[in-house]
Amino acid sequence: MIPLGAYLAVAAALFLVGLVMVASRRNLVYVLMGLELILNAANLNLVAFDRFRPGAGVDGQITALFVIILAAAEAAIALAIVLNAFSLFETIRPDEMDTMKD
Amino acid sequence: MASWISFLFFAGLAVGCALISLFHRSVVHSAFALLGTLMGVAGLYLMLGADYLAVTQVLIYAGGILVLILFGLMLTPGDPTELRLARVLGGIALIGGGGALFLFKMSGASRWHAAPPDQLAPPDPTVTRIGLELLRQDRFLLPFELASVILLAALVGSVFIARRRVQRDGGAA
Repeated sequence: MIPLGAYLAVAAALFLVGLVMVASRRNLVYVLMGLELILNAANLNLVAFDRFRPGAGVDGQITALFVIILAAAEAAIALAIVLNAFSLFETIRPDEMDTMKD
Repeated sequence: MASWISFLFFAGLAVGCALISLFHRSVVHSAFALLGTLMGVAGLYLMLGADYLAVTQVLIYAGGILVLILFGLMLTPGDPTELRLARVLGGIALIGGGGALFLFKMSGASRWHAAPPDQLAPPDPTVTRIGLELLRQDRFLLPFELASVILLAALVGSVFIARRRVQRDGGAA
């Protein structure tokens, strides 16, 4: 049987890849994809801890379900914002949207 | 033994596709590699006995969010010069260092309050239990109803944000 630590290691790897994707790619759509990876890693942790908890329960799975619902809402809103920012700044590089710096 | 093979398959699918989507030059390839990651995570959910959550993952992430991301890619221009070697090396260094740190901390003193894997009860179908929990008044009924309000607000809000602005002189922006 697979121990809990193996699932946690996979989730940590997904989280790291998502974090690097958010921080290093210069395209707002990549930032969104990195966010989805981070949410998936958190969900995997929730479900794994729920499975290995002494005593049965589905609370972790229901929490992960609400995270998925919020991720769907977040993706819709964020893509609308990306499209709007593109029509406003003519670029989707987040480091070129620096109007507030000037 | 068989469970280790399937675990390694799904974990390799998830992490490998995540790495492809991080380092690939083409945005569309990255989005489709993200599909592999989501499927791998759904497989891991199945191995953890979360059958309803795995189906929901495939339906909402692979069917909904990924299509949204592809639409976002189609409506914005790509940037072929954006991936630089220094960034790739920095990403590899960050992932390797973070993974090594995590494994170091994991192999140290951290003892999770977890049941041993061979003493776990065999997984049973969770659809009925999740449905009953979601509709029980003292459990998850209020968040369940609030989620519908949030989804409605997100629907209306995204249409409002993404609509085409009309300038003051009458022409469309």
